[in-house]
Amino acid sequence: MISRRTLIAGTAAAAGVVAAPWVARAQAQRVQVNFWHGLGQPLGGILEQVVAGFNGSQTQFQVNATFRGAYPETMQAAIAAFRAGNAPHIVQMFEVGTATMMAARTAIMPVHQLSTDTGVAIDPAAYLPGVRGYYSTSDGKLMSMPFNSSTTILYYNKEAFRKAGLNPDQAPATWAAVREATQRIKATNAAPIPYATGWPTWVHHENFSAIHNVPLATKANGMDGMDAELRINSPLHVRHTQMLVDMQREGLFRYGGRDGAGEAVFATGEAAIMTTSSGFRARALREVPGGAANVGFGYLPYHNDAIQSPLNSIIGGASLWVMQSPNRTRDEYRAVAEFFKYISQPQIDSKWSQDTGYVPITLAGAAQLRESGFWAQNPGSEIPTLQLQRGTATENSRGLRLGNMPQIRVVIQEELERALQGQQSAEQACNSTVTRGNEVLRAFERANR
Amino acid sequence: MRKRVIFNNKLLPYLLLTPQIAVTLIFFFWPAAQAIYYSTQLQDAFGLRTQFVWFENFEELFRDRNYLESVRVTLIFSVSVTVLSMVPALLLAVMADKQIRGATAYKTLIIWPYAVAPAVAAVLWLFIFHPSVGILGRLLLRLGVPWDYALNDGQAMLLVILAASWKQVSYNFLFFLAGLQSIPRSVIEAAAIDGATPTRRFWTIIFPLLSPTSFFLLVVNLVYAFFDTFGVIHALTRGGPGQATTTLIYRVFVDGRENNLLGPSSAQSVVLMIFVIALTMVQFRYIERRVHY
Repeated sequence: MISRRTLIAGTAAAAGVVAAPWVARAQAQRVQVNFWHGLGQPLGGILEQVVAGFNGSQTQFQVNATFRGAYPETMQAAIAAFRAGNAPHIVQMFEVGTATMMAARTAIMPVHQLSTDTGVAIDPAAYLPGVRGYYSTSDGKLMSMPFNSSTTILYYNKEAFRKAGLNPDQAPATWAAVREATQRIKATNAAPIPYATGWPTWVHHENFSAIHNVPLATKANGMDGMDAELRINSPLHVRHTQMLVDMQREGLFRYGGRDGAGEAVFATGEAAIMTTSSGFRARALREVPGGAANVGFGYLPYHNDAIQSPLNSIIGGASLWVMQSPNRTRDEYRAVAEFFKYISQPQIDSKWSQDTGYVPITLAGAAQLRESGFWAQNPGSEIPTLQLQRGTATENSRGLRLGNMPQIRVVIQEELERALQGQQSAEQACNSTVTRGNEVLRAFERANR
Repeated sequence: MRKRVIFNNKLLPYLLLTPQIAVTLIFFFWPAAQAIYYSTQLQDAFGLRTQFVWFENFEELFRDRNYLESVRVTLIFSVSVTVLSMVPALLLAVMADKQIRGATAYKTLIIWPYAVAPAVAAVLWLFIFHPSVGILGRLLLRLGVPWDYALNDGQAMLLVILAASWKQVSYNFLFFLAGLQSIPRSVIEAAAIDGATPTRRFWTIIFPLLSPTSFFLLVVNLVYAFFDTFGVIHALTRGGPGQATTTLIYRVFVDGRENNLLGPSSAQSVVLMIFVIALTMVQFRYIERRVHY
């Protein structure tokens, strides 16, 4: 299935070369850089416009952006290409692949080293702390180039709130408030599904731990070493899982599936409240019946008896990694560094954020969005950025760096699904997640020793 | 006296065999050997560090409660898919073999699904059974059936079995029809003249004469259910809820391609290979004896 797609892509690429030899000749004078990304349409198209902007801004370098399938497929393609000795210069990698990339010492070129080698300045201090921290070593050296970032927020359907007699201009801030609202929604039959969630692990484990200042794993969530162990069977985690199980039993919460699958029910207008990626904004505004006027936004809820003022949430999304390969020239690295410098300019960053709904990743880009009045004109669009900068980050909220994180996410979801079906208690689910997750971590540690 | 063609050249037969042997070696033996080699290795995703770990990958596998559970899941899944794709196919083939108006149109329609790619087929099933976007899924909910395969083991299993069997019906239909058409009309007509009912004719004449085809299809369908169904599962349930639809081959796919665990994934492939070799041997040894050629 995948190989067939690769074949088609390859054929199409070959046809492109044959069809346009003059393009190839004109490009030959420039230093060529291959950039593999994992953004489908429409985001991929916007990304390619950014690349076109760079190519048009100078005459020495040419970046060729290619879509290689979704993030996991792009990762596979890059790994396979590296093993075959022709890795792309730049690959876009989802945030949960960070630990895997970082452990691949001779396969990658850290961004701080790229900056030193080429003399092109890339200043980590330009980025939001929550963004920078996720992709830096514990001593603050930038490993990959931060790029498209998002975080998790709350969405609610104003029409459903009105029907239930709730204030349509106020998002529930705490889980107690969410629960109360869902009870009202169910009692008044204001929406078929009171509450649903996208990205169960990112919302209810990763960001949940960060904003409540509890560890997801030891060793600063893995930032300080590969020998980290999961800690998501703490009393607070168990209690939260129990809450989800209870809400599901009472018909207040509907589990919509893994990863982003749960988002669909909010887009169709069935679900009244949704917690998911801030990147869902554009789809919500477009698809929810009643349109933009009907969609409300809020911060990710917290348990107010566990923490008074919740901390910053953590990012998701992807960053750009520089890959090594035999026969790579200094000029090529230079081209990569220049491209990175170009995309980190505030005006590029803020435009990217406006066009796509991802958060601005540079401090200057965020400031531009605020000053230009974009946030004021687009209610709710400021929430992800403000939430990412909330409070003082601790080692529990800086981010996470766990080996084989995609596999751990599957484990968490599997055990949660078993608890939601009543096959095991919330506590058993959390304990089982930790046991199985730690096995994954130990296997990664061993393979990367 | 029979005419015989004699090749005096001793080399020619080997030369003529070469392409087939090359294909078998390159596409079957080489990957199988690679799987056995990698099953004894522990490697990081990029292949930068490799350790030889003897049989540790296998030991870990059999210590894993979830792996043993997926053996059970695989057996239920494979037997169900085989039965569900062969029985309707036989029924349809028997009916299509009769003298009916528009037989070609029926045949074409029944064969069509085979041309649908597994992932596309899975999406079609999604549009039927998804609790909020599927036509039948919504209907079931309205009728008060708590239909939600994202959170119900049995329903998820039912869905992947249906989706995996559906397109295989076409394939089986094709072979059954060919098998039926090769049964001499005279035998059936003779039985009819002797007063045998259609049911009796089917069980005493047609079914036994169809046994070589049935046996072939049994082997092919089991192998299909074991090896060829991860695309459907990936698109529909991703092995969930929990690991209720994680079959052995789906786990090989997930560990090898998504989790970048080449060693453990290869170990699973080797186990699966041994399992299917054993199964096929049993089939040929015991079931084939009862097959009339």
